[in-house]
Amino acid sequence: MVLLCVIYPLLVAFAGKFSKGEGGGEKITKNGKVVGYALIGQSFTKPEYFWGRPSAVGYNAAGSAGSNKGPSNPDYLKQVSDRIDTLLKYNPTIKKADIPADMVTASGSGLDPNISEQGAIIQIKRIAAYRKLDEKKVAELVVENTQGPLLGLFGPSSVNVLKLNLALDELKK
Amino acid sequence: MNTELLGIIATFLLTLVIAIPLGKYLAKVFAGEKVWTDFLKPIESGIYKLSGINPKEEMNWKQHMKALLTINLVWLVYGFFVLIYQDKLPMNPDGNPGMTPDLSFNTIISFVVNCDLQHYSGESGVTYLTQHVVMMFLMFVSCATGIAAAVVFFKAFRDKTSVRLGNFWEFFVKSITRLLLPLSLIMALILAFNGSPTSYEAKDQFISLQGDTVNVSRGPAAGMIAIKHLGTNGGGWFGANSAHPLENPNYVTNMVELIAQMIVPIAMVIAFGIFIRRRRLGWIIFGVMTIGMFLLLIPTVSSELGGNPALAKMGILQTTGAMEGKEVRFGPAISAYWSTVTTIISTGSVNNMHDSSMSLTGAWQLLGMMVNSFYGGCGVGILNYFIYLIIAVFISGLMVGRTPEFLGHKVEAREVKIAALITLLSPFLILAGTAIASFIFTSHGDAAWAVQPKNWLNNPGFHGFSEMLYEVTSSNANNGSGFEGLGDNNVLWNVLTGFVMLIGRFLPIIGPVAIAGLLGTKKFIPESAGTLKPDTLTFGLMTFAVIVVLNALSYFPALALGPLAEYFTMLK
Repeated sequence: MVLLCVIYPLLVAFAGKFSKGEGGGEKITKNGKVVGYALIGQSFTKPEYFWGRPSAVGYNAAGSAGSNKGPSNPDYLKQVSDRIDTLLKYNPTIKKADIPADMVTASGSGLDPNISEQGAIIQIKRIAAYRKLDEKKVAELVVENTQGPLLGLFGPSSVNVLKLNLALDELKK
Repeated sequence: MNTELLGIIATFLLTLVIAIPLGKYLAKVFAGEKVWTDFLKPIESGIYKLSGINPKEEMNWKQHMKALLTINLVWLVYGFFVLIYQDKLPMNPDGNPGMTPDLSFNTIISFVVNCDLQHYSGESGVTYLTQHVVMMFLMFVSCATGIAAAVVFFKAFRDKTSVRLGNFWEFFVKSITRLLLPLSLIMALILAFNGSPTSYEAKDQFISLQGDTVNVSRGPAAGMIAIKHLGTNGGGWFGANSAHPLENPNYVTNMVELIAQMIVPIAMVIAFGIFIRRRRLGWIIFGVMTIGMFLLLIPTVSSELGGNPALAKMGILQTTGAMEGKEVRFGPAISAYWSTVTTIISTGSVNNMHDSSMSLTGAWQLLGMMVNSFYGGCGVGILNYFIYLIIAVFISGLMVGRTPEFLGHKVEAREVKIAALITLLSPFLILAGTAIASFIFTSHGDAAWAVQPKNWLNNPGFHGFSEMLYEVTSSNANNGSGFEGLGDNNVLWNVLTGFVMLIGRFLPIIGPVAIAGLLGTKKFIPESAGTLKPDTLTFGLMTFAVIVVLNALSYFPALALGPLAEYFTMLK
């Protein structure tokens, strides 16, 4: 029991000190202040930022959960349809068929730090308008912040919303 | 080809590359042959000395089971009290409260039996101390219990006639020192360097980019995540389990966690063949299990990639498949693979929320847990499979009109009775448990419990029924995943699933070991032309047919009421 409960975790904790974030989770700082964790998604609701996915826990990272809504639940379908309307309202130039599923469905953890590339693309026009930036520049930023599949071969590609928004703030200056 | 599907193929191939040599290694370890990890012997003899064990003392199957049950009982009592009084014990930086007795009852059974059904949420329901000395400790030992029981069963078939089946404690200790601990250490390091937290710091607070104040739960999670997968346990450090970005930071860790949970169950099957000196039998069993897995995997992946038909009607883009309850960094394909793997073996960790899976996926998940032996849990998977095997031997014997034999031993009334009882046990527990829950839901909706029965279900209609069915099935299979919308932290669910887990764990371990022990003592009959050969393709197919028929007969009505009914109403 000593071996399993004391020695083993302490070995791991010791080794963890050498990883990014020294075992406490990788933090992201801006002007010397911690503004978030690289892996933990945060809520973005202001129109001048790229939005993340809907979250069942409101991005409160002291807990974590999905919505656990079944695929045929009428309340859930109503919710999704409301989210579509909100997106259309804030991004009047896009069509329904442009909206990817991840932007209107809640993630498993409620803390998903990523959105799909398409999810970022549909927001480019809105952001450019609010920030009075060149659309092309914002689009370039999205491409830069898209992480492709692992080794270019395995899995999907994704965009880290926090990192993208940080880069966006830099662009303004 | 699609990168998401390539990810599945790569993960599965890597699993085999690791699991097959591991099986060969395990066979040697438990046979007492020389292996390169023998340098750990001094540590083992230290443990034997400290606990007053003589590892050379040979036991018969009854003594083995006595040892197993005794130590498990000790853990039950110990953990029950630690969980209740955890608020008064040290290492609780977040100030989390102690558990209620019924929740503690459920939780401790859940972890002792390798189920890891969680009616609490990791961030707020337990402390750093209990995560270590209860959860993580039990993850190691419950898995080692399963492996040790399987080795006893291996032993019974190794020699022609034998009552001496080795020493339980020796198998148990070796499972930990030679297998689980070294692998966990490697895996924990991989996780730590990919971003899983390892330090003992408490919750953190920061102000987000747009100005919100956010609290972040953390803690030394990496070590626990490693053993949770290697030991097919599945209990998460965080509430959202391996969907949580700190518990499963990226695609690499996702692959590592997927591989980790499959290698031991596969290795045990390979080890079985080598250990009893019938490699062919090991490969045939492996083949049947693999076919079973793909038959569940392919429809699951296709239904998840297809997306939700109800969302498709709204006219949005679903090229990436169904995303509710899934994480962008994994995508639906590998999430579907995970949900198959975690239900066929008894892990029960999730990287996506099963409650939000497509209806048919729900049916395949349930079926995977009902069969519970396509690889199956650490050690117990092969024991479950053995029950089907005995039934298949019996039926084949009836077909040709001879006394059935298995590996040179006559299978007689007593053995078949045990096998039949164990086969009937699962449907009984699952269907009766679901029936009780449904009855209380409909007739006693207003009972004054923590969660009122009428508010149990997170989803209406057929899907609500699936939530209850899933909970009981998962308990019986010692799986531990859930349709987590269910409001399960109240007296009924805690007690009901507590008993289901307990019975669903120990009887299916004792049954096969008893059969093997009984067979092992019988006179050895040399093979003749008329002997049933279990290591042929024909017999493999026969076993597969038995598995399909038994499960279809037992569970089709329940599945038809839940996920299938939901599927067909959505087609409208």
